[in-house]
Amino acid sequence: MSAVGRTLRALPTMMKIGVSEAIAYRAEMLVWVLSTTMPFINMALWSAVSAYTPVTTAQGRTYGSADFVTYFLCAFIVRQIVSSWASWEINWEVRSGALSMRLLRPMHPIVVYGSGNLAALPMRLLVTFPVVVLLFITGAFAKLPNTASLWALWLLSMFGGWLVTFFINIAIGSLSLFMDSSIKVMDVWLAGFFVFSGYSFPLAIAPSWLSTVAHYMPYRYQFGLPLEMMTGAHDLASALPLLATQWGWVTATGVLAVALWTFGVRRFQAFGG
Amino acid sequence: MISVKGLKKHYQVKQRPPGLAAALTALFSPQTKTVKAVDGIDFDIEPGARVGFLGPNGAGKTTTLKVLSGLLYQSDGSVTVDGHVPQRRDAAFLKKIMLVMGQKQQLLWDLPPSETFELNRAIYEVPRPAFDQRLAELTELLELGDLVNKPTRTLSLGERMKCELVAALVHGPRVLFMDEPTIGLDVSMQVVMRDFIRRYNEKYGATLILTSHYMDDVAALCPRVIVIDKGQLSYDGSLEALAKKVRPEKRVTFRWSSAVDPEVLSRFGRVVSSQAGEAVFQLPQASVKDAVGKVLATLPVADLTVENPPLEEVMSELFSRSRAAQKPVEAAS
Repeated sequence: MSAVGRTLRALPTMMKIGVSEAIAYRAEMLVWVLSTTMPFINMALWSAVSAYTPVTTAQGRTYGSADFVTYFLCAFIVRQIVSSWASWEINWEVRSGALSMRLLRPMHPIVVYGSGNLAALPMRLLVTFPVVVLLFITGAFAKLPNTASLWALWLLSMFGGWLVTFFINIAIGSLSLFMDSSIKVMDVWLAGFFVFSGYSFPLAIAPSWLSTVAHYMPYRYQFGLPLEMMTGAHDLASALPLLATQWGWVTATGVLAVALWTFGVRRFQAFGG
Repeated sequence: MISVKGLKKHYQVKQRPPGLAAALTALFSPQTKTVKAVDGIDFDIEPGARVGFLGPNGAGKTTTLKVLSGLLYQSDGSVTVDGHVPQRRDAAFLKKIMLVMGQKQQLLWDLPPSETFELNRAIYEVPRPAFDQRLAELTELLELGDLVNKPTRTLSLGERMKCELVAALVHGPRVLFMDEPTIGLDVSMQVVMRDFIRRYNEKYGATLILTSHYMDDVAALCPRVIVIDKGQLSYDGSLEALAKKVRPEKRVTFRWSSAVDPEVLSRFGRVVSSQAGEAVFQLPQASVKDAVGKVLATLPVADLTVENPPLEEVMSELFSRSRAAQKPVEAAS
């Protein structure tokens, strides 16, 4: 309990300094944002496809150009918020020995990585602002949820999505304590993410086998579910079981991340000085 | 304060010869080798002591410091620091210690050092009044002034190192592990750092273990030295006794008031060097008085100094002796 209390007391300062760091990295942040513009490319691509041939869901609903615009504008917003880069940080720190300085502090490094990632949120929200304006201009806002309870659940799903992403990052980053580098593992993970998360196309228009597989994988719950909730794909009744599954993934990936970290740190060789 | 019993740290390291064929072979049949970085050392350190931890590159000094600070898990043996087992890395332990590494930094690169100090205040839960007081003291002692408000990336190496020290000390650690804290610093900055470290130790009674390749650091700070080589302890005692034990001789330097024939010098003892206007002798302690008297009576002496042999030479001789005495074992840093 004292560790939790200590963390909570230190968190405001850690977040404040994290925000200062994120602002200091503004040029790097801008470049990173440019690298996450894939949803806009997908939006143009799928809008063009839907103009030539009807795109339908398994339930027979037609996905038109306006639907794709709404979907991918929201995809950009969700992607900005549920992102984490802890895996790359851990890889670099293990290889360079910089992890030593983190381990010397009386604060669990997972908490410090988490607060650092969350501290970048204000800058990211700033980046999403023009896209929110676009949602208004294109009239896409009308397709978004219209009740406070659905928005509240969306927030919950966003937090759950971020946690799954973050824990996966910690787990994969921790693998660098067992192998020379886990960057390639992250690349493999991202390949799956692009197919099964709903990032490249709405899972609703995917072949039924792919939708079924996606339902049993964590990708949908780190990105697809918050996006589906934002685009009004679920009502309260259908959202709740999906949220329960998502938080199941939060628990599972959290346990995996902590276990891999705990065992991995024992193997840390603190290279580089 | 610090107790080390039978400490061993062995690594399994992958090995392969150069070349594509070896790379492919290693892919399917990797070869590993056991590296004995630390191979069974024992020592105890009293509270408030300043101890130099010496050894050549790859002797196991840094590995030992990393085990003592809880970064590495030992392969065998037991270690306690102020009653804590370092590898548990509990908060109470981490609040008492700090490992300062000359080649690693904790300062946030794009922010002023003052932000790192503030972060550490929050993480180490230092009460605000105590933090403000200690920060003011440290800033004054190190003459930091406005440096703490400039982005770290714009500071010189010496300025950064001073700020690193402040960041390391704002929580008032009782045990300081310092690994090459003056590396890369110019001579005047080394003196500032040594002076500061000694004053911190005297004021707060902090225990200090220092590794440094600069013997001046050790001579200025550490009455006691522990020498480790190839993972094994080769000396534990006072620096003075070590110098006497390894090189029980004195260095006597004469400066001549007029030219002296170099041929005659060897009559008075072993000549280490001789150049125009100056000669350096290495003489057994017992014969210093006699030999100096003879030189003074015979040659045109303008000035003379009597010193212990340079510590670098003492250490070099100690390492070569201990290597000759030890069975070959693998070494690592």
